[in-house]
Amino acid sequence: MALAACTVCSAVQAAADGPPLPAGLAPADVGEPALPAGLGGDSVSEEAGAADQAAGKPGLLRFWDTRVGVRTQDDDLVDDDFTLAETRLRLEYQHQWERADFALKSDLLLDALADDRGIDIEKREGWLQLREVKLGLQPHSRVDMALGRQVLTWGTGDLVFINDLFPKDFNSFFIGRAEEYLKSPVDALRVSTYFDLFNVDLVYSPHFDSNLYLDPKRLSFFGSPGDTTLRADMPDDWFSDDEFYLRAYRRSGSWELALYGYDGFWKGPEGFDLDRQVHLFPRLAVYGASARGPLAGGIFNAEYGYYDSKDAGLHGSDHAPPSEHRLLLGYQRELARELDLGLQYFLTHIADYGDYQDDRLPGSPDRDRNRHVVTARLSKLLMNQDLRLSLFAFVSPSDEDGYLRPQLYYKLDDHRGIEVGANVFFGEDGDTFFGQLSDNTNIYTAFRYDY
Amino acid sequence: MFGVVVERVSTAAAIVAQFVIAGVAVAQDVPPVEDIVERTNCVAYYSAQDGRAQVSMTITDQQGRTRSRRMSILRLDAPSGGQEQSGCRNQKYYVYFHRPTDVRGTVLTVWKQSGQDDDRWLYLPALDLVRRIAAGDKRTSFVGSHFFYEDISGRNITDDEHELVEASANYYVLKGRPADPESVEFKHYVIWIHRSTFIPVKVEFFDAQDRLYRVYQATKVETVQGFPTVVESRMEDRVSGGNTTLKFSRVQYDLGIADENFDERFLRNPPRNLLR
Repeated sequence: MALAACTVCSAVQAAADGPPLPAGLAPADVGEPALPAGLGGDSVSEEAGAADQAAGKPGLLRFWDTRVGVRTQDDDLVDDDFTLAETRLRLEYQHQWERADFALKSDLLLDALADDRGIDIEKREGWLQLREVKLGLQPHSRVDMALGRQVLTWGTGDLVFINDLFPKDFNSFFIGRAEEYLKSPVDALRVSTYFDLFNVDLVYSPHFDSNLYLDPKRLSFFGSPGDTTLRADMPDDWFSDDEFYLRAYRRSGSWELALYGYDGFWKGPEGFDLDRQVHLFPRLAVYGASARGPLAGGIFNAEYGYYDSKDAGLHGSDHAPPSEHRLLLGYQRELARELDLGLQYFLTHIADYGDYQDDRLPGSPDRDRNRHVVTARLSKLLMNQDLRLSLFAFVSPSDEDGYLRPQLYYKLDDHRGIEVGANVFFGEDGDTFFGQLSDNTNIYTAFRYDY
Repeated sequence: MFGVVVERVSTAAAIVAQFVIAGVAVAQDVPPVEDIVERTNCVAYYSAQDGRAQVSMTITDQQGRTRSRRMSILRLDAPSGGQEQSGCRNQKYYVYFHRPTDVRGTVLTVWKQSGQDDDRWLYLPALDLVRRIAAGDKRTSFVGSHFFYEDISGRNITDDEHELVEASANYYVLKGRPADPESVEFKHYVIWIHRSTFIPVKVEFFDAQDRLYRVYQATKVETVQGFPTVVESRMEDRVSGGNTTLKFSRVQYDLGIADENFDERFLRNPPRNLLR
C-alpha cells in the first residue's frame, strides 16, 4: 500500500510539472516499461501458482536407453559384427529419514549379445543389474557413512585415472554405452569425516573389485582368447582379499589439494603364474597427491601417483608388473562461446627399468620406460544447448597408438534424446594399449527417454 | 540473487560531465547515480544475508518449441564487514537441478569472489564426479536459456560506467556502458529502475550497431519478509526471436544457511530440507 501511495504521489508531482503530452507526443514515455505486477502494474499471470508447484516425488522410472553398435571392419577373432544391441530400463528409488537415507538404482537389461542372461550380482551380469544399493547414515554432524553398492569417483583427470582406483568398465566405455557405465560400482563402506584442516574419505571394500574385462565376444585384444574366457586367478577371499581407498582433501583459496592412498591389487590381470599358466592380480599400493585450481582463465590440474607393485618381478613362478610413477598435467578453458578445450599430458614411468627388463616374461609386450599420452577434449554446445558435439582424443606418441571418441547428442525435447558416436582405435603395434584394439573400431547410436 | 544485470559506479567526474552534457533536469530527490546503482545491486542480488527459491524456467526457441528447467537455488553472502559495498561482497550459490530429468541431481556451486574469477563446480551424480568448471565467459547461456550466467548471479557493478538519462515518476533510467567493451557483446544498455524499491524493471541491450537485441523485463514482484523480490521475469532475444521466462516460488530469506552447505560434502549429500 505504501508503495502504491508513493507511486500516486510521484505521478501527481510529475503532472504538476506541466500538462501531460498526448499519446504519440510523449517521447519521454516511449519505451518506458509498464510497472510489473506487485509494483502497481496490472496483475498478470495469476496462473503461476499451479505451474510452480514442486515437481513432485520422482517416480520409480528414471530412463529407458536403447543402443545398437557395429564394428566398421571385419575381425577374425570375433564372430559378431555387432558390438552393442541392448535396451535397458533404469529404476530408482530413494527414501530419506532424519539422519539416514536409502538409495536404489537398478537396470533391467535386455542384451541381445549376451549368451547367458542369468543374474550374477557379484560379476554385474544378467538381466537385472544393481548399480547402487546403499544405506547412508549421518552418525555425527561431521561424519557421513554409506554402506552398500555405490559408484565412487575422485581425482582430477578427465578419463585418465591415477588415484581413482575404483573399478572401471572399459568394455562398456569402448562399445559405446552411456558414459556413466565406465564407472563400475563398489561394494563397500565409505566413511567421510569433515575437519577444519582436512576432510578424509576412507573406503573399505571387503572383497576385491577388479576392472571389468573386455568382452572377447565384442572386442578383440592382445592375447585375446577368442571364444574362451581369460583364465585368471582372482583374489576373492572376503575380508582378506580386501581393499582400502583413502583420500584427504582440503581447499586452499581457490585451489583444491588432496592426498590419496590405496592398498589392494592391480585392477587388471597384470601378473602371470608360469607354472599354472594363469593370470594373476598382484598386490598393489598407490600413494599420490593432486592439486586443481584456476590459472589464466582456465582450470589447471596436476596429479601424481606412485604405483608400488609389491611383488614386482619374478618370484618363483609368479610374475608381477613393475612399480611405476604416474603423472598427469591438465588444463581446460573456454576457447570461444560454448566451445571448450581440455588438454592433458599423462606419463607412466617404470621405476626400476633394469629390473623390469631382466624379469620380463618372454612373449610379453616390451614396454618403453616412459609411456607418454596426450589427450584433448573439444566440446561445443549449439541450438540452446540442445545439441552437444564432443571429441575426445587419446594419442600416445611413444606407443604410436591412439583412440578417438567423437559424439553427438541431441535433445529432441525435455524427455527424448538421441546419440550417435564412434570409438576409433589405431596403432602400429598389436601389443600397445590402443594398438591391440585397432580392429575394434565401432559406431553406435542410441535413443534415450528420461521419465 | 533474484534479479538481473547490475552495474558499475562511474567516477564522480564522469557523472558530473554526463549531467551537464545530457542536460537532464534532475529533481532534487534524485540520489547520485552511484547510489542508485549500488542500491539496485543490493535489491537485485543481496536481499538479506541468505535466501532460497524454487525456480522454474521455460525456454522458448524461435520456432516456438519449449524446454523447461526446474531448480532449487540457495544463496549465502559473506558476512558484511560494514566497510565494503554490497557489490563487492563475496557470495556463494548452490543450484540443484530437478528437471529435465536427465540432469536430476546435478548440482552447480558458484563461489563469487571480488577481484578474481568465480570458482565453479559441477557435480554429476551418475558418475559421482565433482568437475571443476572454468569461470569462462559469464555472458554465455545459463543452462541453455536466454539468461546468461551473469544475469543469474549478478554483474560486477564496477564493470560498467553509468549515467542517469532520466528520472520519471516511476523510474530512474540509467544508461550503462562497459568499461571494457571487448569483454561483452553489448555496446550499451538502458535500465529502468523502480524509484521506490530500486528493482530493475527493464533492461534493453544494444549491440555495436545500436540495434536493440536483448530485453529483460521483471513482470511480477512480491514483497517477501520485507524484501521486494522479482518473482517473474523474462529475457527476450530480439534477434533469434526466442525467450526465457523465470518464475520464483517459495522464496525465503534469512534462513541461517550454513557456509558448509556450499562445500563438496553437500554436492554429494544435498541439503534436502533447504531444497524443498
